[in-house]
Amino acid sequence: MSEHHGPDKGFLRWVYTTNHKDIGTMYLLFALTSLLVGGIMAFVIRAELFQPGLQLVDPNFFNQMTTMHGLIMVFGAIMPAFVGLANWLVPMMVGAPDMALPRINNWSFWLLPFAFGMLFCTLFMEGGAPNFGWTFYAPLSTTYAPPSVTFFIFAVHMMGISSIMGAVNVIVTIFNMRAPGMNFMKMPMFVWTWLITAFLLIAVMPVLAGVVTMMLMDIHFGTSFFNAAGGGDPVMFQHVFWFFGHPEVYIMILPAFGIVSHIISTFSRKPLFGYVSMVWATGSIAILSFIVWAHHMFTVGMPLVGELFFMYSTMLIAVPTGVKVFNWVSTMFRGSMTFETPMLFSIAFVVLFTIGGLSGLMLAIAPADFQYHDTYFVVAHFHYVLVPGALFSILAAVYYWLPKWCGRMYDEGLGKWHFWMSFIGVNITFFPMHFVGLAGMPRRIPDYALQFADFNAIVTVGAFIFGLSQLIFIYNLYKTVVQKKGEPATDQVWETADGLEWTIPSPAPYHTFAEPPVIK
Amino acid sequence: MNRMGINAVFILILSFLSCSALAEWGLNIPLGATRISESVHGLHMTIFYICVAIAVVVFGVMLYSIIYHRKSRGAEAANFHDSTVVEIIWTIIPLVILVVMAIPATKTLIEMYDNTDAEIDVQVTGYQWKWRYTYLNEDLDFFSNLSTPQEQIDNVEAKTENYLLEVDKPLVLPIDTKIRFLLTAQDVIHSWWVPELAVKKDTIPGFINESWTIIDKPGIYRGQCTELCGKGHGFMPIVVKAVTKEEYKVWVAQEAKLQAAAREVKDMSFDELMANGKKVYATNCAACHKADGSGIPPVFPALKGSKIALGPIEDHIDMVLNGKPNTAMSAFKEQLSTVDIASVVTYERNAWGNDKKDFVTPKQIKDIKDNNK
Repeated sequence: MSEHHGPDKGFLRWVYTTNHKDIGTMYLLFALTSLLVGGIMAFVIRAELFQPGLQLVDPNFFNQMTTMHGLIMVFGAIMPAFVGLANWLVPMMVGAPDMALPRINNWSFWLLPFAFGMLFCTLFMEGGAPNFGWTFYAPLSTTYAPPSVTFFIFAVHMMGISSIMGAVNVIVTIFNMRAPGMNFMKMPMFVWTWLITAFLLIAVMPVLAGVVTMMLMDIHFGTSFFNAAGGGDPVMFQHVFWFFGHPEVYIMILPAFGIVSHIISTFSRKPLFGYVSMVWATGSIAILSFIVWAHHMFTVGMPLVGELFFMYSTMLIAVPTGVKVFNWVSTMFRGSMTFETPMLFSIAFVVLFTIGGLSGLMLAIAPADFQYHDTYFVVAHFHYVLVPGALFSILAAVYYWLPKWCGRMYDEGLGKWHFWMSFIGVNITFFPMHFVGLAGMPRRIPDYALQFADFNAIVTVGAFIFGLSQLIFIYNLYKTVVQKKGEPATDQVWETADGLEWTIPSPAPYHTFAEPPVIK
Repeated sequence: MNRMGINAVFILILSFLSCSALAEWGLNIPLGATRISESVHGLHMTIFYICVAIAVVVFGVMLYSIIYHRKSRGAEAANFHDSTVVEIIWTIIPLVILVVMAIPATKTLIEMYDNTDAEIDVQVTGYQWKWRYTYLNEDLDFFSNLSTPQEQIDNVEAKTENYLLEVDKPLVLPIDTKIRFLLTAQDVIHSWWVPELAVKKDTIPGFINESWTIIDKPGIYRGQCTELCGKGHGFMPIVVKAVTKEEYKVWVAQEAKLQAAAREVKDMSFDELMANGKKVYATNCAACHKADGSGIPPVFPALKGSKIALGPIEDHIDMVLNGKPNTAMSAFKEQLSTVDIASVVTYERNAWGNDKKDFVTPKQIKDIKDNNK
């Protein structure tokens, strides 16, 4: 066989590829597509909620939109985007030539288009798509579900397999393929946070698979896991779901912590403050994430002791999370800051994620949570940690590493426009949700009482500003990557960027670190 | 021109403020009408101010750095990157704040869980998509349906003040009395929430949850279902009417009489049955089967031209009385009076072009019910 230097030609390159950079690119493009699809669904939701009364869609379709929006954004946009970043960056950051298990890597990506294709098709099935919320509480999602729920279950199984394989790959790569001399406490923060994330994924994705399998059995094979009439327990569904679900939300934020740690340090021209404490804090958050799940269920009627336990454990999470925020602020303090697009998104991340974290602390207080639970206050809270949290970190990462990936600088002016429009849009969208939630508007309703009308109109305007400003991002990507209009990037790209990925040429060659670098 | 612009903005702001001022609940959770709701409000404000204080400090330092430690001002980067002492300090301080916060929260929670010594027990049952209130100490049991007309929801008529927050029969409760709620559901999980009582509890099929309240002030308190329960989730409000103890006694006596009368079997003509059937249908059936009987197939079948509505009347009555297990079609034998069942069956067989010309009397329904016992 001839020596294998470059990629194959044509479409089959992408089908057969085992190259971490190709697979990373595909994951990122997949995530971007999902972001647009899920975003259009958000537009439908917000357009219907622009004014009181039913204008555009019937309540059943509205429920399908909220459900699909949640599922697509969580499993189709945020998670694949992080896996894509891990694929591109982990081997380059630890000085490895590729991921440890390249064929599994290919398969774990190619499962996703089929899983989501199947999920998307449910919209056109008789009875409509899943309409029971992304948390799919039984028995609404079993006994009372539309027939398409079976396809939803298999889609979840497929994306679960994909996530587990992706996580195994990350762990094996990090454990076995680090360059000589890179011990654990020298690993870049992104690698650390992804390592911990991967363990969370392996721990909880099987739990998700278990809960949907129990649903499948209840629906088709006459079991009664979640049916009280047959001796089952609908609340058990929630316990199992949230035992997956809470670590899941940290799966969507820990890699973000890694990303902003790199970016803030680079653009403050100062080393990250408290690296060791950052690692410990990430680990603590991951461990705590397993013992807080029932704070999503304060109103199901748990015994007092249960409520107290989950209230205290949840409050405790504020401590390591606080440590991280304080460390980022200290990294900026007495730095020499510049404000390129990745830094702007990272600073916005710290501020807005902190707001989301603080509202999380409020939600932890069980007696107060009785007033917040399942209102727009919760919607505001988790969108603050997921949109200007997770999503902003992903956007920051793309701007930060794009010159390394494609060898050209993006258009900084367009990047700033994208940032400011997103920043303003995101706050107009999600900040008023706090008020409308405290004022008493339940989540997942297609129509609302008149006193919520003003805020909902504002929220809808914000949502369209935010959504449409993502087109600037897409145009910027197109201009940089396809039209190749940007300045050629240097190897180091950013003045004080630190790490192995900045030692290789820009754009990164198809194969990197065939010879491992030596870490001093 | 400029002045006009300013005026326009001013008017816009004013109208915005007045809209908000009209609203019952404003920007924040209500202080409410019970001691518990007041202490919950207190906890909420305390934790909110703590969060604001933390945010001011953290964002203050950030803003200071962003302004003064920027390269464009010639700031040179320092090189410190570690301090165990600082890390320990900012681990301990939040811990102390949390402990301080946990104490009052625990106290309130313990109080909220004390369900003992209730004077009145009310069973709250969630249905797709209405609430049922059963007064366990009285002979009282009724359903509470959304009373906002469909025309307002469909934007045909102007929306009135309590749009989507009004019901045909509110839950009437006395003030200064400890009331225990026993909460359960018939089909899927719902959640019973009245913000001004600070009561929110999931109603779960097959399980009974407990909660309680002592209302301090007479008044109307409105709430909504807060657990996604299907397509009517946004259309099953809760209205609590708190009255003095004396008024409550009077109401109980009146209501018991009314309910006894409703249980009586009356003779009705075809036209009376049709007229009453139309009302019953609009309240109980139209959410799924639609006002014109077209339904939302396949989950909610059409009644217009359907096999059931045009088939043998016994099957039709059986479907309405006993429902269809494991679907949203619930059994109406407990939910509706014999008169209402006779009316609605008659209506469904003779409306929207269904042309059976047959009908069923309340007496016949009563006989079927009795035979099935």
